[in-house]
Amino acid sequence: MPTLSIDGIEVTVEAGQTVLQACEAAGVEVPRFCYHDRLEIAGNCRMCLVEMEGGPPKPIASCAMPAGDNMVIKTNTPAVKKAREGVMEFLLINHPLDCPICDQGGECDLQDQSMAYGKDHSRYTEVKRAVKDKNLGPLVKTTMTRCIHCTRCVRFITDVAGVEELGAVFRGEHTEIGTYVEAALTSELQGNLIDLCPVGALTSKPYAFTARPWELRHTETIDVHDAVGSNVRVDTRGRQVMRVLPLLNEDINEEWISDKTRFACDGLAKRRLDAVYVKQEGKLQQSDWDTGFDAIRDRLDGVDGSKIAAIAGDLACAESMTALKDLMTALGSANIDCRQDGAKIGTGARGGYLFNTTIAGIENADFCLLVGTDPRHEASILNARLRKRYLQGGFTIYSVGAELDATFPVTELGAGSDVLADIIAGRHDVCSQMVKSTRGMIIVGQSALARADGAQVLAGLKAIAEKTDMVTSDWNGFNVLHNAAARVAGLDLGLVPGEGGMDVAGMQAAGAKGDLDVVFLLGADEIDTNAFGDAFVVYIGSHGDNGAHHADVILPAAAYTEKPGTYVNTEGRVQRAERATFPPGDGREDWTILRALSERLGQTLSYDSLPELRARMVEIAPQLAAIDEIAASDWGDFGTAGDLSSDDLALADTDYYLSNPVCRASDTMAECSDLKLNTAEGATGTHG
Amino acid sequence: MLQDKDRIFTNLYGAHSPFLEGAKSRGDWDGTKAIMDKGRDWIIDEMKASNLRGRGGAGFPAGIKWSFMPKEPGEKPGYLVVNADEGEPGTCKDRDIIRHDPHKLVEGCLLAGFAMGAVAAYIYIRGEFYREYETLQAAIDEAYEAGLIGENACGSGYKYDIFVHRGMGAYICGEETALIESLEGKKGQPRLKPPFPAACGLYGCPTTVNNVETIAVAPTILRKGGSWFAGMGRENNTGTKVFCISGHVNNPCNVEEEMGIPLKELIEKHAGGVRGGWDNLLGIIPGGSSVPILTKATCDTVLMDFDSLKAEGSGLGTAAVIVMDKSTDIVKAIARLSKFYMHESCGQCTPCREGTGWMSRVMDRLVDGEANIEEIDLLLEVTKQIEGHTICALGDAAAWPIQGLMKNFRPEVERRIVARKLEQGEGASASPEAA
Repeated sequence: MPTLSIDGIEVTVEAGQTVLQACEAAGVEVPRFCYHDRLEIAGNCRMCLVEMEGGPPKPIASCAMPAGDNMVIKTNTPAVKKAREGVMEFLLINHPLDCPICDQGGECDLQDQSMAYGKDHSRYTEVKRAVKDKNLGPLVKTTMTRCIHCTRCVRFITDVAGVEELGAVFRGEHTEIGTYVEAALTSELQGNLIDLCPVGALTSKPYAFTARPWELRHTETIDVHDAVGSNVRVDTRGRQVMRVLPLLNEDINEEWISDKTRFACDGLAKRRLDAVYVKQEGKLQQSDWDTGFDAIRDRLDGVDGSKIAAIAGDLACAESMTALKDLMTALGSANIDCRQDGAKIGTGARGGYLFNTTIAGIENADFCLLVGTDPRHEASILNARLRKRYLQGGFTIYSVGAELDATFPVTELGAGSDVLADIIAGRHDVCSQMVKSTRGMIIVGQSALARADGAQVLAGLKAIAEKTDMVTSDWNGFNVLHNAAARVAGLDLGLVPGEGGMDVAGMQAAGAKGDLDVVFLLGADEIDTNAFGDAFVVYIGSHGDNGAHHADVILPAAAYTEKPGTYVNTEGRVQRAERATFPPGDGREDWTILRALSERLGQTLSYDSLPELRARMVEIAPQLAAIDEIAASDWGDFGTAGDLSSDDLALADTDYYLSNPVCRASDTMAECSDLKLNTAEGATGTHG
Repeated sequence: MLQDKDRIFTNLYGAHSPFLEGAKSRGDWDGTKAIMDKGRDWIIDEMKASNLRGRGGAGFPAGIKWSFMPKEPGEKPGYLVVNADEGEPGTCKDRDIIRHDPHKLVEGCLLAGFAMGAVAAYIYIRGEFYREYETLQAAIDEAYEAGLIGENACGSGYKYDIFVHRGMGAYICGEETALIESLEGKKGQPRLKPPFPAACGLYGCPTTVNNVETIAVAPTILRKGGSWFAGMGRENNTGTKVFCISGHVNNPCNVEEEMGIPLKELIEKHAGGVRGGWDNLLGIIPGGSSVPILTKATCDTVLMDFDSLKAEGSGLGTAAVIVMDKSTDIVKAIARLSKFYMHESCGQCTPCREGTGWMSRVMDRLVDGEANIEEIDLLLEVTKQIEGHTICALGDAAAWPIQGLMKNFRPEVERRIVARKLEQGEGASASPEAA
């Protein structure tokens, strides 16, 4: 570990770190544009120049110079200041200086650093360079004249996103960042380019010209668009969510978020349920809470518990699911489910439905078998971690199931269920690799578990994981990848059919036969709500989506940014979301709706405040008490031994951009989806 | 004055056949196996003893450079890369070496590669040198056929391959790491150093990049001995060198001469003197476009080697002597060089990308004096802001000619500015004193 002196401060850094990192360790700030902790080093902006005693007679780029023992670095000499001022001047001579009309204004690295190293006037009297803007699709807006050619975007899209779609073309001062042949970016992580761009060259297209950073209120919370639980910052102005940005969490999303997380926020203002609706004479009429509750009470009067059912949706928080479960218990119903897709999980040990390796743990793995999952689209951030691991070398990835459009090389083993059966039986060639690996992983997706033989797939994979030593005292390579933010908490809280209860499919069958009288849908939109027949449907949710279409009573609730809530991600990590704004109109937090309804039904729930509810939640599932942690989960029996069906392993037919009610209400996501579908059909820019 | 017996490039003017038979008659491929039999260390020691400094411009001692390669073969193969991307304006020595004496280069590739434990040599030749490429390829094919290289090079048991790769005409691809990038099929942009090519070069393997001339003189040095080479020239500036004399001389030529020859003698003796006589001389760029220009007063006495020219604030560079007589529009000449560097900047790092354009535009205005006196200092400051702040030396190369111009010909630049102001009736405020 080299020890070096930075401006007279002695620091010891880990071998392999750069002088710039050593400066940071010494608490010395070094300006930079091209350098980024998580990207390859480019060393091209030349802003981080420092002096090294005994080195070459010129300043060195601290970002690219490995820290060496006994180096003497000076960052505050006149020469260093002059060098940086020189670079700053060069960066600005061809920069348009259009800060007043630039969306980056107020949070721009160039602006900030020019305060320290810039001049108050320009000495450049020649004609400035102008660069034609590129169309990179519906998410990233370009103003290429502002580009300072740091190539962060090129390195991100190539290394992290894993699609080589950006590069620098031409040379000298004519260098331009672009796609060469104009095309929209296809990565589902492209929104991160906006954060990475140190200037206003790449900004958010949907957010363009809507707000200034200093007008926004920041709320640190959790994302619910997938089961990763990315940490985000929701920026609001007044009651409107203006944008969503990533927050650093090394264990989960590092500092990236997926495009759905970032750009679906316009869906929070559209298609909202902002009033109580009650179906009268076959039509939903706007109403009030009293009328709505009365209608439910009247319908439930005298109905046996076995004819009442409840389904929790993919975005539900643990608090509202606790209330829903308690209400159903009070009504005498065991018909409750949180698995809209019908996945055969949740019974048995907790380890049987978690991503046990953990997301950060992927970096320690040396082998990965994907079973019926498309991580790129089911959990883009987790997929980025798989790619990161792949880039470090010594990581082989195999896949059973439909062919993937992956961002790393995957050996496709085929989609036939015989392949999976062979693997489970230990007969397949890949099994020798599984045995050989010391830290192997299996990732099984919901598409494989939602099959009729899901329980058999689960048990079979457990068996082979154990047989090939993927589960040991210090390593658990068995992973279930969820795609619904509510799922793990739902399973923790036991939102699965009780004794003699029906699951989603059972409810639908009973509904079709007329054996079901009342169904409560807590934001459940991913199921065929027609299938409940004549049952009385109570929809509690935020958006006028599938669930609301066939409802008899609609109770408007809060979206994920509008309530404090607990979510458990696919790893089993418990996290708290915070309220960034308030629900529109008459909307209320879900659990308060259930609490008020329970009182009207004469089955008053025992909690009057959020702390009381949370105490009850922890009573049911003690692991939910440890926030930001993954409770040690048990590894016992789960799944059901048995033969697999002969059907091929298919992937659920879900549009990445339209996977939940918020996305479906978002114009931005609709545009992305449209682009993806049309590009897939070979449409070009001249179509339509 | 170099004696004929000490001449290395005996077919520099193409009087004889460039091919194997002719080359052998000139002494090439003579006892190559015997040299290899003496071992890697002997070759490197001999090269160190010769004190040969790299002929591509930077002048790094070749023997020392070769010794940076791993002593023991590691997991990764080593490569020799020969820089034949001769793009420095004024320079045309490598072209003639390849054209007329390609076997010196081919034999040098084998011996240098053997000394550094390389498995192959890649010769990156400038794309425009198409005929030269054909000649070189023919020479390599001959050498393969004669068993001089290939599976069992010269019967030594050493397997050695030589490949030729044609560049696409970018000046920056003559920078060693940009050349490696280009050779790998990427955009030719210099890499950050460290790591240096000797640790991580072509395809991430240990690599040494040498100029054509450096490699081509190696076999003769090894045959005649390092001390023979070191006996010529001056201390630390030993041996012979091919000088490329162009511009306003009566007989522009490539000529091999002893290092340290006085510049005046070089021109008078080999190039037929300056057009209109020595007194008609305005200035000389002694080492290719990237080095600062020298005034006549300096040219009168300066010696042509690395250290003498450095002491005069210029450099030997590629030894491309560009002679300008008094008919030269010196400002326009340097402005043209600025435009060249602007055009050839790779655009990777900020000072060079933005600064070369700025300098070129100001220089263009200075040609007609369309500027203010203060802008000369501004321009000099810009050159200082570029110099030493870039990834590779192209930034320095772009800055130096302008610095040389202002150091040696500033009155001329000022005269033009004042003249223009007077022409436009602004003379009162435009004299240098007023500024």
